Amino acid sequence: MSSFDGFSSTPLEQRNNSVQQLVRLLFLTITLLLLIPAVATIVVLIVEGAPGLSLEFFLDKPRQNGAAGGIAPALVGTVWLTAGALLFALPLGVAAAIYLSEYAKDNWLTRAINVAIVNLAGVPSIVHALFGVGAFVHFMQFGKSILAASCTLAVMTLPVVIVATRESLQAVPKAFREACWNMGATRWQTIWKVVLPNSGSGILTGLILVVSRAVGETAPIMFTGAVFLRALYPSGVFDKTMALSLHLFNVSTQVNDVPRHVPFAVALTLIGVVLAMNAAAIALRMRLRGRKKW
Amino acid sequence: MAEHLAIEAQSLNLWYGTFQALFEVDLQVRAGIVTALIGPSGCGKSTFLRSCNRINERLGYVSTTGTIKVLGQDVYGEQVSAIQVRRHVGMVFQRPNPLPLSIRDNVLFGHRLHSGKRVNKADGDALVEEALRQVLLWDRVKDRLDHKATGLSLEEQQKLCIARLLPTKPSVLLMDEPCSALDPEATAAVEDLIWTLRGKYSILIVTHNMAQARRASDECVFMLMGRVVEHSATEEMFVAPKQQETADYIEGRFG
Ligand SMILES: Nc1ncnc2c1ncn2[C@@H]1O[C@H](COP(=O)(O)OP(=O)(O)O)[C@@H](O)[C@H]1O
Ligand SMILES: [Mg+2]
Repeated sequence: MSSFDGFSSTPLEQRNNSVQQLVRLLFLTITLLLLIPAVATIVVLIVEGAPGLSLEFFLDKPRQNGAAGGIAPALVGTVWLTAGALLFALPLGVAAAIYLSEYAKDNWLTRAINVAIVNLAGVPSIVHALFGVGAFVHFMQFGKSILAASCTLAVMTLPVVIVATRESLQAVPKAFREACWNMGATRWQTIWKVVLPNSGSGILTGLILVVSRAVGETAPIMFTGAVFLRALYPSGVFDKTMALSLHLFNVSTQVNDVPRHVPFAVALTLIGVVLAMNAAAIALRMRLRGRKKW
Repeated sequence: MAEHLAIEAQSLNLWYGTFQALFEVDLQVRAGIVTALIGPSGCGKSTFLRSCNRINERLGYVSTTGTIKVLGQDVYGEQVSAIQVRRHVGMVFQRPNPLPLSIRDNVLFGHRLHSGKRVNKADGDALVEEALRQVLLWDRVKDRLDHKATGLSLEEQQKLCIARLLPTKPSVLLMDEPCSALDPEATAAVEDLIWTLRGKYSILIVTHNMAQARRASDECVFMLMGRVVEHSATEEMFVAPKQQETADYIEGRFG
């Protein structure tokens, strides 16, 4: 006879249960506490910054070193810089990811490149800034310009584009590639007709990451193309330009007698641009996801 | 005579790195009939199939000696392009693998690869209808050619995978356990289909299912540990196998 005394819980089980409840509560509290700074930041930005927002603020040029007037040139400049960064980083990054994922043999060189890319993603942006000054401003003789700043942002964001794209390429099932190869498709035909159309979401992720960083970074552009004040819109890629991130730094630390709501309004705009771009990309990605089914 | 041989392997040896998977394989697959390839798992059936369309060489660490002729021509010959070989030698896989495209685009995929120019609508429609009719799928899918192929049932997917090979006019169809992902009813349907394709194409089909080999083939090849043990008319092999190993395998005593 085995000793069966019903299914009622034992003291040991009750103790395990209370430990488990406690752990759950602890982790929940930690998670909520961690959310506080993020939520608080946004709330403060809205409360303090919203009074500063107006149509003039977006459409006007800065006056009194930024203490009055609007942010139009900075907004436009940020769009130029971000578009420039995307123009370089996306095609090059996608090309590199295609090479690494579809063509490269799995040897020490490929593995070394992969490790290098991951590490490059962690290099502080001020280091990229110095590289940009050396490589683009001086060596390539772009001068301090939108072109040099965009190239610097592109170099900085290339690793994340490569990693995001490579992962989405590798998520395309092997069976599709085999089907293509066995019908006599070349590697490129396979990539172009089947692999790429099914990795759009990864490429979009790369795009989101590039945009967020390109819009938000200050250091890489401050030495390579962005200036504190320039009341003109850029007329070409060799112009210098204002940028939102640098303007925020400017009005919050460099200029006296700035009304309290101005830096908050600039920050709110900055966050708004990033969130809007991300939301658009996420919506697009969800549409791509919904279409794909295998 | 070369013309009535679809595939002719002579002293074919194949290594994955240092591991030898095929040993001195001599095999003649006659044109226009269905030949079944049977043998325990790991004996080299898929390896042999993949040698016939040279897909093995993509692995990079595969080496071969000996020759494989398809329709009389050595596929590993100097002037031969692997891509042309794959156009004339179609492959069907164990798991149906339609591309994540519409039914129509799946059928036209291979044709578009090889024709080089855009296929006009009328020609495309004709090709799609002809191919889908040949695999007995036309009536079931003709109203939803623009739907995703991945939404079809497994049986329909497998038939589509056969259909998409046909527009490039292959001579040989290689099928690697084409029914093993299907339920018995779907299996019977695909077997029937294979039987209707007999004569128009030379078919080499790998199967684990003895009943299927017996029902659905003219000749049968038994492989064991990388070698061809026996090759004879199917009826003969099942009624009076010449080799002891064949008899053991057929009766399920191993494998
Ligand atoms: N890509 C590969 N790399 C290395 N060894 C392989 C590969 N494919 C198959 N093999 C080996 O070759 C032998 C034959 O495999 P396979 O042709 O797949 O057998 P079957 O299809 O008859 O089950 C097996 O021992 C298997 O482990
Ligand atoms: Mg196999």
